[in-house]
Amino acid sequence: MMLQRQPTNGLSLSNVLIRMGDVSLIALTAEVPPGSVFTVMGPSGSGKSTLLSFIGGFLDPVFDAKGKVSVDGVDLLSLEPQARRAGILFQDPLLFPHMSVGANVAFAIPADVRDRRRRRQIAADILADMNLADFADRDPATLSGGQKGRVALARVLVSRPRLLLLDEPFSKLDMELRAQMRTLVFERARTAGLPVILVTHDDADAEAAGGPVHRIGMNGASHD
Amino acid sequence: MTALLPRSAVALTLGLLVLPITFGLLGTLLPAFGYLPALGGHDLSLQPFRDLAATPGLPTAAVLSVATGLAATLISLGITLIFVASYAGTPTLSRLQHLLSPLLAVPHAAAAFGLAFLIAPSGFLIRLVAPLFGIDRPPDILIPHDPMGLTMIAGLVIKETPFLFLVTLAALPQVELSAARRLAASFGYGRIAGFVYLLWPSLYRQIRFAVYAVIAYSSSVVDVALILGPNLPGTLATRLVQWMNDPDLSVRFLASAGAVLQLGVTLAGLLFWFVLERLAAVLLRASRERGWRFVRDQFLRRVSILVVGLIGGAVFAGLAILAIWSLAGLWQFPDLLPQSFTLRSWMSALPRIGDPLVTTLVTGFASTLLAILLTIGCLEREIQTGRSASQKALLMLYLPLIVPQITFVFGLQLLFIGSGGGEYRLTALVLVHLVFVLPYVFLSLADPWRALDRRYEIIATALGRSRLSVLVSIRLPMLIRPILTALALGFAVSVGQYLPTLLIAEGRLSTITTEAVALASGNNRRVIGVYALLQTIVPFLAFALLALIPSALHRNRREMRV
Repeated sequence: MMLQRQPTNGLSLSNVLIRMGDVSLIALTAEVPPGSVFTVMGPSGSGKSTLLSFIGGFLDPVFDAKGKVSVDGVDLLSLEPQARRAGILFQDPLLFPHMSVGANVAFAIPADVRDRRRRRQIAADILADMNLADFADRDPATLSGGQKGRVALARVLVSRPRLLLLDEPFSKLDMELRAQMRTLVFERARTAGLPVILVTHDDADAEAAGGPVHRIGMNGASHD
Repeated sequence: MTALLPRSAVALTLGLLVLPITFGLLGTLLPAFGYLPALGGHDLSLQPFRDLAATPGLPTAAVLSVATGLAATLISLGITLIFVASYAGTPTLSRLQHLLSPLLAVPHAAAAFGLAFLIAPSGFLIRLVAPLFGIDRPPDILIPHDPMGLTMIAGLVIKETPFLFLVTLAALPQVELSAARRLAASFGYGRIAGFVYLLWPSLYRQIRFAVYAVIAYSSSVVDVALILGPNLPGTLATRLVQWMNDPDLSVRFLASAGAVLQLGVTLAGLLFWFVLERLAAVLLRASRERGWRFVRDQFLRRVSILVVGLIGGAVFAGLAILAIWSLAGLWQFPDLLPQSFTLRSWMSALPRIGDPLVTTLVTGFASTLLAILLTIGCLEREIQTGRSASQKALLMLYLPLIVPQITFVFGLQLLFIGSGGGEYRLTALVLVHLVFVLPYVFLSLADPWRALDRRYEIIATALGRSRLSVLVSIRLPMLIRPILTALALGFAVSVGQYLPTLLIAEGRLSTITTEAVALASGNNRRVIGVYALLQTIVPFLAFALLALIPSALHRNRREMRV
């Protein structure tokens, strides 16, 4: 306690407590090293997604939350939401419908890359990397579910996130696609050295993630 | 910066709505009690009210105002209720919605002129049946301008029914329509009765401000009353306008007192309506508790669709007749069509149309643009605070529509004269139009704005974009359609404004609408046809042009199509 804790690599959640009124939804302390996945499991309505909203800076004011969240020693909660760089994937790919596939990806490239050609190149490279070469000019609405999911992943990766927050991103995919997307997402996170928090109610997700699992119940009781 | 702008937008919006009403009412009240230094009134007195009481025929005029206003509201709401209760959730409803939506953009005056040309003794309907009955001269009946105000009520109903219908449709997603329908049917209730018992009370709670606005509007309307209403004696509001425009400025004291009376008349109408509301609630409960099922309502359902079709048909047919008159050469009674067509009416009107047209466009664009900026600021503030507008805020928004125009815009005119601000007339005109445009723009944009999936913005923010950047590159482009619709609606509202334009412009500026209504007393149908048609074309062109933008912008984006 006398010494300031040394910055650690990865995500550190200490004494995170999220409540709504008197009901405690989440109570959690955890370390998530780079490239590994920390899974939060619970039935729908248990408030497990509030953890992701809290970390990302989008928590609805009806919830009370406290605790510390840091990534690589940076205190996330002291930053504005747009400065936290907490990449999020939701159930739906949520590609911006008014932009082309390439523009969706380019939108996420940090502002310090100024050169337009360079930005376009980065977007084209990652799309090619996702087996979506030549998709840059396509209308997102014309893509298949799996393709949309990969564009969403490409978009979040080029934004140079500090960590990934996954809000049941596989739950709407069919069986086969689900397994593929899981493998792809976890593999990319590992390669990029990103700590990941996965929120799900599917045991298969937790199993594939391979990391520690934190279960929360319907009554809000939080236990490991 | 990004937090400050929306916050000041809320303050500015409230100010721009509430201050003109407050100052306008004050500007009416003080002269009503004799105080208006600019016109030599330095002492408070009751003289204006004594003069008012001595004016012959005023009680009749007041009663006429309340009665026509309430009747028009009751009929419009009744048609809306029965039609929506019969057809909500069916394809018929959405088909009729497409028919009625454009009616909202038709100015009241144009719709009224069209109706007059349709049903007048020498109008189109009589010409249609003339051969059957051997009529060769227009029958001698007083339509429009019938002393009971029935034509005027009809003219209001054809405009207010589409308005109430669309407001009700906008509120419909907030109730559990299909579940209630199934439940009511399984207990053996008729379609209309089931809807009224289970859904109407909560639906009515959401649209009641709009209903009050219709009462206030109908009981104090000027342009429709001039075109269709009784004229000897006329409604209270038409008498007031004569006084307000009297070259003898001392008559303005009398006009102020009359405007206060108008406020009382409209308030009386609202109070009477509250009593009707209570009564209806009691009857509804009694009927529900007795379990009356009204199963055989098919006839009523058929009638309602017929009436709604008739309303749409009347407006469109009226516009068509206006168009024919504007192009007519010789057109004798009882010929169904003119003997020849000519552009002469248009040619002779065009040179004089330039200035009014420019004023119409400038005022419309400026007030609508201001309204949309303020609305976006307010709605953005809503997102920042996470609170949506309360009932109180909603009432504030409806206030300019519920306080009769004539009572506070007249006060604004007097303040304007008093302050000698004549050189800022156009600015004043834009600001007064803004008071009436803003509520429509806000109400039209608020629902789509709130309905946009918040996760798009969460994703964009998490990708490192500032709030402003998210607004500009995600929210506004995704909402481009509703934003343009709100713009077009606001523009149409501005174009249709008669009274505020008349009072603030004081004859030094005119718009297509003031020019058109001024023609009502004369009987030149060809010129009326030109102006009333122009009055309709201008907002429709705005709708059409604005509808092209999203299609052009998002040519290759499937989900951005409707």
